[in-house]
Amino acid sequence: MSASFPPDSVGLVTPQTVHFAAPLRLDSGHTLESYDLCFETYGTLNAARDNAVLICHALSGDHHAAGYHHEDDRKPGWWDNCIGPGKPLDTERFFVVCPNNLGGCGGSTGPLSVRPGSGKRYGPDFPIVTVRDWVESQARLADQLGIERWAAVMGGSLGGMQVLQWAIDFPARIRHAIVIAAAPRLSTQNIAFNEIARQAIRSDPSFHDGHYYEHDVLPEHGLKLARMVGHITYLSDDVLHSKFGRELREGKINFGFGVEFQIESYLRHQGESFVGRFDANTYLLMTRALDYFDPAQAYGGDLTQAVAGCTARFLVVSFSSDWRFSPARSREIVRALLDCDHDVSYVDIESALGHDSFLLPIPQYHQVLSTYFAGIEVAA
Amino acid sequence: MNAALLRPEHRLIADWIGQGSRVLDLGCGDGAFLAELQRSKGVTGYGIEIDPDNIVACLARGVNVIQANLDEGLTGFDPESFDYVVMTQTVQAMRFPHQLIEDILRIGREGIVTFPNMGHWRCRLQFATGRMPVTRHLPNTWYETPNIHMCTIEDFEELCRAKSFAVVERATVDSQHRAKIGMQLWPNLLAEIAIYRLRAQAR
Repeated sequence: MSASFPPDSVGLVTPQTVHFAAPLRLDSGHTLESYDLCFETYGTLNAARDNAVLICHALSGDHHAAGYHHEDDRKPGWWDNCIGPGKPLDTERFFVVCPNNLGGCGGSTGPLSVRPGSGKRYGPDFPIVTVRDWVESQARLADQLGIERWAAVMGGSLGGMQVLQWAIDFPARIRHAIVIAAAPRLSTQNIAFNEIARQAIRSDPSFHDGHYYEHDVLPEHGLKLARMVGHITYLSDDVLHSKFGRELREGKINFGFGVEFQIESYLRHQGESFVGRFDANTYLLMTRALDYFDPAQAYGGDLTQAVAGCTARFLVVSFSSDWRFSPARSREIVRALLDCDHDVSYVDIESALGHDSFLLPIPQYHQVLSTYFAGIEVAA
Repeated sequence: MNAALLRPEHRLIADWIGQGSRVLDLGCGDGAFLAELQRSKGVTGYGIEIDPDNIVACLARGVNVIQANLDEGLTGFDPESFDYVVMTQTVQAMRFPHQLIEDILRIGREGIVTFPNMGHWRCRLQFATGRMPVTRHLPNTWYETPNIHMCTIEDFEELCRAKSFAVVERATVDSQHRAKIGMQLWPNLLAEIAIYRLRAQAR
């Protein structure tokens, strides 16, 4: 590890890739004949193999959750404030695994990948994947790594949905389920926001029905718009107001349609930086996985029935100002678990920062996670 | 954690709670009571708490804790989902104590409620001098106290009659958890803490 990294960083990390030759039958009925999963690990798997923690990423996340890829990286992984030596998820005790989801654009098989036998990228023909498909693929990764049972599976937002699915689909393989800023299914409003994002991308003239790679263009404008809409919903009205207020870039209004308010400049910046690192087809797939997630559906819409077979202990966390995945949605999960007499703790963290809170080092939040992880038993 | 460190009324309540029961502790504080019940009685259940530091303390003890504001009611629980719903020294801080007790008796087979007795002679003495009582159990001044619904044992019994709460058992003790003979004779004058075992009246 380089001396230039902070002492509580996992330091330099190198992504790994595992190829899976066994076909994966998807919820949609399609089959992926073979696929790769790209992932990172931090810490060391102990001899008893009982200290492994799976991190599930959200809509725009990937396998790079902590540490740095290069000495001169400006930013560490997306959840670096939470994962590392002495951090809430302490890599001195736990072995952390974070894969990039199928359909992603971080290295696992997705729309950017070349379709076997065709010599061309999947593009829009990559099948729609669901949270269940992801969990199934992650279970196969666990098999590959020799992890029979996760000490914990943890994730926020869409990641939290995967945790819930894990606890339902593989009760024997997960001891603790840490579900953060999630919901048992999207609200109508949430699906509506996703549809705006998709339409922004799909109506961009450069989208070419998803075949933009072949035209050597990117639907930059659409993806940027999608991100701008999304970003507003990840923050609270209060935090936007306190960050930007009605501040004007030039200190006066210009009676035009250029960037005048600071918030406009900020949103454009968010959109532009996203375009450089994210694939539009993946964005479409991820939003659909969100829309389709509804584990209660297989149980006549009864979430209590859906979680009845879970054996994991649950920690459910929400954030007071999160309106995209509001505390009330987390409480729906808690209520279903209570109905089944399952072990569950629920914490609503006071935060003005909206849905994005789950990625931020809020002291109370991190104290809750540290305390919870400290209580998870692992062999010496 | 051992039983000696529990609040006095907790030790008394623990005697009432059967082996392996399901317990909901409303305003469970740092979770010490539930942790002790888990250890000594093999109970299962949850604590409800609103204070962030207490919630962390519960997690550290391995007690299931649900963050909730009791003033918003207990609508998340099904009827008779617990053997005992315990609420110690909290009822007087609730916005609608009578509604919460009704809720307690809906979701629990039995409710165990404790509160500081405003009828105790020390409180009466302070009233007689023209001041609001400030005692060991009620240490806050009137303007910063969370205790907005103080009552005496007589007041509480009247509520039980009015709402048809059946009193299964009552214990009246002083701050050392001693139940002296005088407290049996004149509880409203001599008891500092009242402990009630309640059930919903059979209809």
